[in-house]
Amino acid sequence: MVKTLRIDDQDVSAGTDDTILQVAQDNAIFIPTLCNLEGLKPVGACRLCLVEVEGYRGLAPACVTRVEEGMQIYTQSERLQTYRRMILEMLFVEGNHVCAVCVSNGTCELQALAQRLGMDHSHLEYRNPAKSVDVSHYRFGVDHNRCILCARCVRVCDEIEGAHTWDLLGRGIQSQVITDLNRPWGESKTCTSCGKCVQVCPTGALFKKSKAVAEMEKEHEFLPYLNTIREVRSNG
Amino acid sequence: MDHEEFLQIGEQERRRQAEYRHHIHVCMAAGCLSSQSDKIKTALETEVEAHGESGHCLVKGVGCMGLCGNGPLVAVPSEDVLYQGVTTEDAPDIVKNLGKGPIRHKHCPTDIPFFKSQHKIVLENCGRIDPERIEDYMAVGGYQAFMRVLTELMPIGVINEVTRSGLRGRGGAGYPTGLKLSTVARSEGTTKYVVCNGDEGDPGAFMDRSVMEGDPHRVIEGMAIAAYAVGAHHGYIYVRAEYPLAIERLNKAIRQAQKAGILGQNIFGTNFDFSLEIRLGAGAFVCGEETALLASIEGRRGSPRPRPPYPAAKGLWGCPTLINNVETFANVPAILRNGGDWFAKIGTKKSKGTKVFALSGKVKNIGLIEVPMGITLEEIIYDMGGGIPDGRRFKAVQTGGPSGGCIPADHLGTSVDYESLSELGSIMGSGGMIVMDDGSSMVEVARYFMEFCMSESCGKCVPCRVGTALMYDLLTKIAQGHANQSDLQQLETLCDMVRSTSLCGLGQSAPNPVMSTLRFFREEYLEKLADTELVKE
Ligand SMILES: Cc1cc2nc3c(=O)[nH]c(=O)nc-3n(C[C@H](O)[C@H](O)[C@H](O)COP(=O)(O)O)c2cc1C
Ligand code: SF4
Ligand code: FES
Repeated sequence: MVKTLRIDDQDVSAGTDDTILQVAQDNAIFIPTLCNLEGLKPVGACRLCLVEVEGYRGLAPACVTRVEEGMQIYTQSERLQTYRRMILEMLFVEGNHVCAVCVSNGTCELQALAQRLGMDHSHLEYRNPAKSVDVSHYRFGVDHNRCILCARCVRVCDEIEGAHTWDLLGRGIQSQVITDLNRPWGESKTCTSCGKCVQVCPTGALFKKSKAVAEMEKEHEFLPYLNTIREVRSNG
Repeated sequence: MDHEEFLQIGEQERRRQAEYRHHIHVCMAAGCLSSQSDKIKTALETEVEAHGESGHCLVKGVGCMGLCGNGPLVAVPSEDVLYQGVTTEDAPDIVKNLGKGPIRHKHCPTDIPFFKSQHKIVLENCGRIDPERIEDYMAVGGYQAFMRVLTELMPIGVINEVTRSGLRGRGGAGYPTGLKLSTVARSEGTTKYVVCNGDEGDPGAFMDRSVMEGDPHRVIEGMAIAAYAVGAHHGYIYVRAEYPLAIERLNKAIRQAQKAGILGQNIFGTNFDFSLEIRLGAGAFVCGEETALLASIEGRRGSPRPRPPYPAAKGLWGCPTLINNVETFANVPAILRNGGDWFAKIGTKKSKGTKVFALSGKVKNIGLIEVPMGITLEEIIYDMGGGIPDGRRFKAVQTGGPSGGCIPADHLGTSVDYESLSELGSIMGSGGMIVMDDGSSMVEVARYFMEFCMSESCGKCVPCRVGTALMYDLLTKIAQGHANQSDLQQLETLCDMVRSTSLCGLGQSAPNPVMSTLRFFREEYLEKLADTELVKE
């Protein structure tokens, strides 16, 4: 069965089980996303993909909201753009993101989204938290200063690799990704060193050792069934 | 157990109790227990025995009697006498004076509005029966509604009765319970679950705790009736581990009910099966949110997920699940016993029945009250609560905890119902009610609740995880006098953004305490800004 609906001023058709995001992407309508990654279970956590749906009381996350017949969706209102920029600002002030010295400078999804959505500085106060770096693994490292807690690594490790090495520790602003039961990554008994987590990380939080600034390119052929990095820039 | 046997247990218990000339009730709920009411009970028993009165005087441990602030409480219901601030030394006097009128200095009048203005449905047995004995519950008609439902009503009949009653969820949001029942009943699936939300994480709240501790069988009966209505055969009661007494009594109650054949297979000789288990929460506020709670029961990290799908369609292990608050379930047996129309006569047009509140803060009478919906805040605080102590002035009343707001003196005439409270930027919430006098700073109140939300945020979604921390930082800056107009403006922008974009109710309502204090006490914020003078000129 096919459903017809309207996104902004465009009439579109969709499969019954499609999410708003899928339909938008099929029709080259750009909705920013960050936690979402095709192939992994959607969690609706980053809130960047929120859209307005006529008749809905609140905003709807496009990545997990299924389409309905006759839906009228707005993706670009001023209110949404403001919220999206604020979410990005929040991610920047929550951690310590210094693009100039980051291995992912130029390939980072957070950076690309900031550029695309016109977030050129933060109105919010930087929190400058003290965060750690773990380079105990022989091939990879995790820099918590750059982690945006999208939980892609947690999901890919659990859902695709089946190792469930990664998980989350703590809650709220104290949350952190961990390996095993908060043991150093290099000592992990479950990690298979497959590197999937490194490939799906949207920022430079998970990286390959021996990469210098701006050298941490993702390998697009590495996980062919995952749409690893959405070309945010080329899309627009 | 058949019909007759079942009715006989209650009848026997009533006869047994009637044989005692005197009855003494000792509160064994958390508040009074913490001031050693168990020792008082032992002292009374020893005293009764010493007087050779064991056959004539029944000393009974009961649930919360309400006036917790004046505990430990001891009642002599056979003479309509209540004692407050009782100690073990009072035991001889209490026993000696049985049948001779109350001892003066510990006597607590019961004809005051605190007691008189209450309307007890949920708490009708609380403080009257021994929560640890199923016979006592049966003696006051317990489980009769369940039996009648199983033997006389179709599931749809139960749903219709609840729908007619107008009962709405007591966990905070006020969703119509009948509608939820019917959604779960209609949801496709052979396996369905019933879950009772006893997480009660709001600071200052102890309503659900008192019900679970004081009348655990009532919760079980409500759940069993609901299970029959939706076609579920297994249920969970999710209780925070910080409530060991509630857990102990619920466990005991479940075992007793199993033994009596009220839980298990072929209940009352019908083909209905229902079993019940307790699950403990580790005391995270967010685990009270239904999807987080269900994740926690499944053994996963307690973080919320986007809805839809709602638990009614996809809940525990993907099966249709009915999840309701403790107080919601506790209303169900009374509704089935007395009829939906009876219930619908109590309260206002859109908010039916009663609501239990934990009245605390700067008010003379602190404790647990059950009032009809539609009563005004003024009646609760001044008549029942006895007003503000120490000659101070009323400033605001906080309802709904970290998701609610502060209501100022001008609005004390407001009726207590879901709509009126939310119009004032607060919420009914689960029943916390904190009274504040003119000594409290509203900026500090907002800061306190924001700190709570910040540390209780699960951290999954960005707006709540980072937003609560940023708002807390700004409130601290304001409280310390370092902030200026632009900070206040940013605080308001963040309030709007976090409310509109957060994933679950925690984040969506976290700004409420700030927004409501800004609405009614804005000058308190302005006074604290470093550049206020500047702007005035
Ligand atoms: C952060 C948060 C905490 C909550 N805590 C509780 C709680 O402690 N007890 C409760 O019954 N409902 C709580 N709720 C509401 C539940 O999600 C759910 O709506 C409720 O259990 C439904 O039952 P009801 O319809 O009987 O009210 C909470 C909601 C949120 C967002
Ligand atoms: S609103 Fe807060 S508590 Fe709810 S999912 Fe988001 S971070 Fe977790
Ligand atoms: S992409 Fe939808 S919430 Fe993150």
